[in-house]
Amino acid sequence: MTLGGLGFGIVAWGKYLVPQGPYVQDREELKSSASEREVLIESLERGSKLIERRSFLAKLLGASVAAFGVITLFPFIRSLGPQPKKMLFVTNWKKGSALVRSDGTKVRATDLEVGGILTVFPEGHAGGAISQTVLIRPSFQDIVTKPGRESWGPQGYLAYSKVCTHAGCPVGLYQELTQQLLCPCHQSLFDVMTGANPVFGPAPRPLPQLPLEIDSQGYLRAQAGYDEPIGPGFWERA
Amino acid sequence: MNYKPIDWADERLGIAKFSRKSLNKIFPDHWSFMLGEIAMYSFFVLLGTGVFLTLFFVPSTADTIYHGSYAPLDGHVVSQAYASTLNLSFNVRAGLVMRQMHHWAANVFVAAIVVHLLRIFFTGAFRKPREINWLIGSLLLMMAILEGFLGYSLPDDLISGTGIRIAYSITLSIPVVGSYLASFLFGGQFPGNSIIPRFYTIHILLIPALMAGLLGAHLAIMWHQKHTQFKGKGRTENNVVGVAMWPAYALQAGGFFFLTAAVLAALGGLVQINPIWMYGQYIPYKVSYAVQPDWYMGWLDGALRLFPSWEITGFGHMIPTIFFPAVLLPGVTFGLLMAWPWIERWFTKDYEAHNLLDNPRDSAWRTSIGVGVMAFYMVLFFASSTDVLANAFSLSLNFVLWAFRVLIFVIPPVAAYVAYKVAREASSAPKAGKPRKAMVVFRSPEGEYSAEESGPRLEVDMKFSALHGSEPKPLPEEAKLHGNEAEGGVTLENPASSRSSVTAVIPQEIEEQPDGGSGANQVPRGTPGAGGGLFSPHNWKMPKGRKDSEEEK
Repeated sequence: MTLGGLGFGIVAWGKYLVPQGPYVQDREELKSSASEREVLIESLERGSKLIERRSFLAKLLGASVAAFGVITLFPFIRSLGPQPKKMLFVTNWKKGSALVRSDGTKVRATDLEVGGILTVFPEGHAGGAISQTVLIRPSFQDIVTKPGRESWGPQGYLAYSKVCTHAGCPVGLYQELTQQLLCPCHQSLFDVMTGANPVFGPAPRPLPQLPLEIDSQGYLRAQAGYDEPIGPGFWERA
Repeated sequence: MNYKPIDWADERLGIAKFSRKSLNKIFPDHWSFMLGEIAMYSFFVLLGTGVFLTLFFVPSTADTIYHGSYAPLDGHVVSQAYASTLNLSFNVRAGLVMRQMHHWAANVFVAAIVVHLLRIFFTGAFRKPREINWLIGSLLLMMAILEGFLGYSLPDDLISGTGIRIAYSITLSIPVVGSYLASFLFGGQFPGNSIIPRFYTIHILLIPALMAGLLGAHLAIMWHQKHTQFKGKGRTENNVVGVAMWPAYALQAGGFFFLTAAVLAALGGLVQINPIWMYGQYIPYKVSYAVQPDWYMGWLDGALRLFPSWEITGFGHMIPTIFFPAVLLPGVTFGLLMAWPWIERWFTKDYEAHNLLDNPRDSAWRTSIGVGVMAFYMVLFFASSTDVLANAFSLSLNFVLWAFRVLIFVIPPVAAYVAYKVAREASSAPKAGKPRKAMVVFRSPEGEYSAEESGPRLEVDMKFSALHGSEPKPLPEEAKLHGNEAEGGVTLENPASSRSSVTAVIPQEIEEQPDGGSGANQVPRGTPGAGGGLFSPHNWKMPKGRKDSEEEK
């Protein structure tokens, strides 16, 4: 209110109580006169000739400035973060990793009802952003497994990376009716029954599948880690 | 009045010359010239509220247990960034209104820049000699968008955290250097603990400093080059017609700052924005429905949704699909934006300097291209809410997405075509606005008819005046200065005489009709007693001349 009152008052004063003109003013030419430019060029040349005369010194100066720049820049960049190396190719899933919930408790094969869904992590890395995996027990059993994945889904369990292959959002919404996973960021749809193939939207690749097994005590474990890099693409990915 | 301080400062700094010029600087007056001002004033509000926020915000992702006044989250483990944002919203006096003002000001800031840019574009104000300021302005726009995104990301809430995740993926998608860039920016793999503190430093230090510097340069160059002005009576390529800096413009602009701040304060105080306590802390495996960024990121989000799932692989390398909509598209957008003055010159071969603005309808090609490009980004913007639209209208997501994929190719050309046609048909006729002359028919006593051309009719002239303002004149003080110098033997071109040939658009008869005569012209309109009343933006000639002459008597 105060700000508005001040504003109105001052603007009204400026608009109605003081002369408005219109007044006119000439534009001065921005361009300088030709002689002025000539003098500028001559002054520049006078200076640069003085420096060029000692060209070796000048080159030495340039080289040392460049060297100094590299010397300071390199440690700065290197301390910003590690080199990526294999970082983007691996997750924390290993052979035999038990599946745990976000609170760290292990998942038994009997824990999930048919039609259920759960977000799981490798044991010791609960809540991890990269290893997050969605565990689903689809409600009907006509699963179309891809060649070589026949043994990956014991008792109708399927586990896919929860990181969208488009822009990396968690593929969080499960539509039980159509057996599809939806990414709420950019609306990519993945078909759970056919190996999480993208059926709609901008996602380019299926979600990687995690091979599962059930150990002798009835806990769900990973047969191995993911066989391909998870999440969105990058340059080094073949 | 005490003039001692002026003498004191002038003897030490020589301020008289510069200040005299500044106080007497003429600002052309048009509502659209205030758009840039809105942006600048929002920037000031951002600086002020931003400093306040830094006093209470803790840029850290370290875990803490929340025990604040917001009961639903009591006892939850959250990051310090999130907890401190809640605290400054609920437990710091005026904290919430400051935070919401900051957020609103950021939205208004970018919006004002965009509309200001459109004004510059459609009126051709970017042409020689103002290309440098066009570049600086484009840089400022890019920085404002980036700065907005960084600030939006700081509270570490669920929605902004998802945004950071997408930003990581986008960085990753850049060919050759992507994975290195992402790793160096995030200090390792996503999410890490470095990103919030780093964003904070960039947000409060690096970009504001750069923006302040660029804004200073933007203003200084504008000041030096002087404003552009629309075509109108007495306005030429070589003069500036408008109100004087002191006191009219200073009061109007200063008051306008308060008005802008008042609107932002009202928005911040009354309209809720970004209630992060409803979204919750960012947890990487959680996600919310209808995730949307601030409005100025909408076009990027829309592009991400519309672009097909093409991914290029070969030679052991990959160009990820999001590279095209999220890296290439902004790159091309801002590249073309900055290159526009040169692109247009390449087509028009117009190498002249321009101080008079184009009316958008008079440059149909430029207007139609601008409208087409605008339409393109509008479609992208609306595409960022495909899911919300599908829900609202009970359509399938599939249909909405494909509709947008078609519309993105259909709407821009159609909009451009319509704009072109409208501009062509609305363009001013060559003689529009000029006073027309009436034919007066006489009948002689013998019954013979003869026709004679009269002077322009008064009403026509009054309309013309109302349209284009009244005759401009130099400031009284400036005239005195020129006079004195001329007497002192300095040969100076007399500005008044050089202008008169240009400004005498209205035929002489009108000037001489009231008994005031041309002498009335010298009295600045609106000086106390000269009749510049409340409704005098465009004073009409007749009544004013009469009043002036009464004064003189």
